[in-house]
Amino acid sequence: MRLLYLIPLALFLFFAGVAGYQLTKPKQTAIPSQMVEQALPEFELPPALDGMPGASRADFVGGKPKLLNIWASWCVPCIAEAPHLERLKEEGVEIIGIAVRDRPEAVSGFLSRYGNPYTRIGADDISELMLAVGASGVPETYVIDAEGNIRYQHIGDIRENHVDLLLEKLEEAG
Amino acid sequence: MRLFIALLALIAVQLTGPVAAQSGMPPAPYAYTQLEDPALEAEATALMHTLRCLKCQSQSIADSDAPMAGDMRHQVRSRLLAGESADEVRDWLTQRYGDYVSYEPTVSSTTWPLFAIPLLLLALVGLVLLRRLGKRGSHADGAA
Repeated sequence: MRLLYLIPLALFLFFAGVAGYQLTKPKQTAIPSQMVEQALPEFELPPALDGMPGASRADFVGGKPKLLNIWASWCVPCIAEAPHLERLKEEGVEIIGIAVRDRPEAVSGFLSRYGNPYTRIGADDISELMLAVGASGVPETYVIDAEGNIRYQHIGDIRENHVDLLLEKLEEAG
Repeated sequence: MRLFIALLALIAVQLTGPVAAQSGMPPAPYAYTQLEDPALEAEATALMHTLRCLKCQSQSIADSDAPMAGDMRHQVRSRLLAGESADEVRDWLTQRYGDYVSYEPTVSSTTWPLFAIPLLLLALVGLVLLRRLGKRGSHADGAA
């Protein structure tokens, strides 16, 4: 009976322990897309700047697996991933870009400063495609196979150590 | 003189325009514009209160000023306007983001303990209370 009195204390210590443990862990904010292993939704976006084509689902069908890179000129981590996208391009990967809520002059300014690894860039002014593929921020990168299926999602900027992983995923999707 | 400076400051504020917007792009058509049909707008508002903003995760998209929340409100309103039901719009988002996008707790294989534990505790408390009160009652009877 006396032991029963200890239950509230034990419960309190349990919850305090869980809360304390969680405080020591870094905040997990990435939301994985449920669209991985599903077909890329139908879409057609106008060009994000003059002189480059826009992007649609049809651009992913056929040929080799490609990367779909969701980015924006106002996104700071996108600057950090630019050189690594460049490396992927040098490895022969076709990267189709989606510029989110961006202006043509800002897009071309970004490309001339940090390089242009894209073959096409679609303008997603109202996060239409972003929501359709289950992306929750910029940048995010998706591996799309030749049948137009989403095979892999990379959340956040691509760092040096992610390049090989993405090449591997592209290989797997082929 | 003071009035002049105040006036100057006011003009300066007008000139700078909104700086909060991340990209300086105008918001999606239905991000801040209500639907014309009041019944449909009420349905949209009710739905928006049950959807989580993905950028600012402790707010519903109805409460958030994040550009992405605006784009999600646009999806909600334009889809309802196109004839989709609230459940269909909700399902469309859940298909993409999972339970995470729901700002209204629903019972699922992972969330059932949240609903079961309080009920269990309540039952336990009730049981303890019943036993104690029952005991006290019998004591009183004995004393009388």
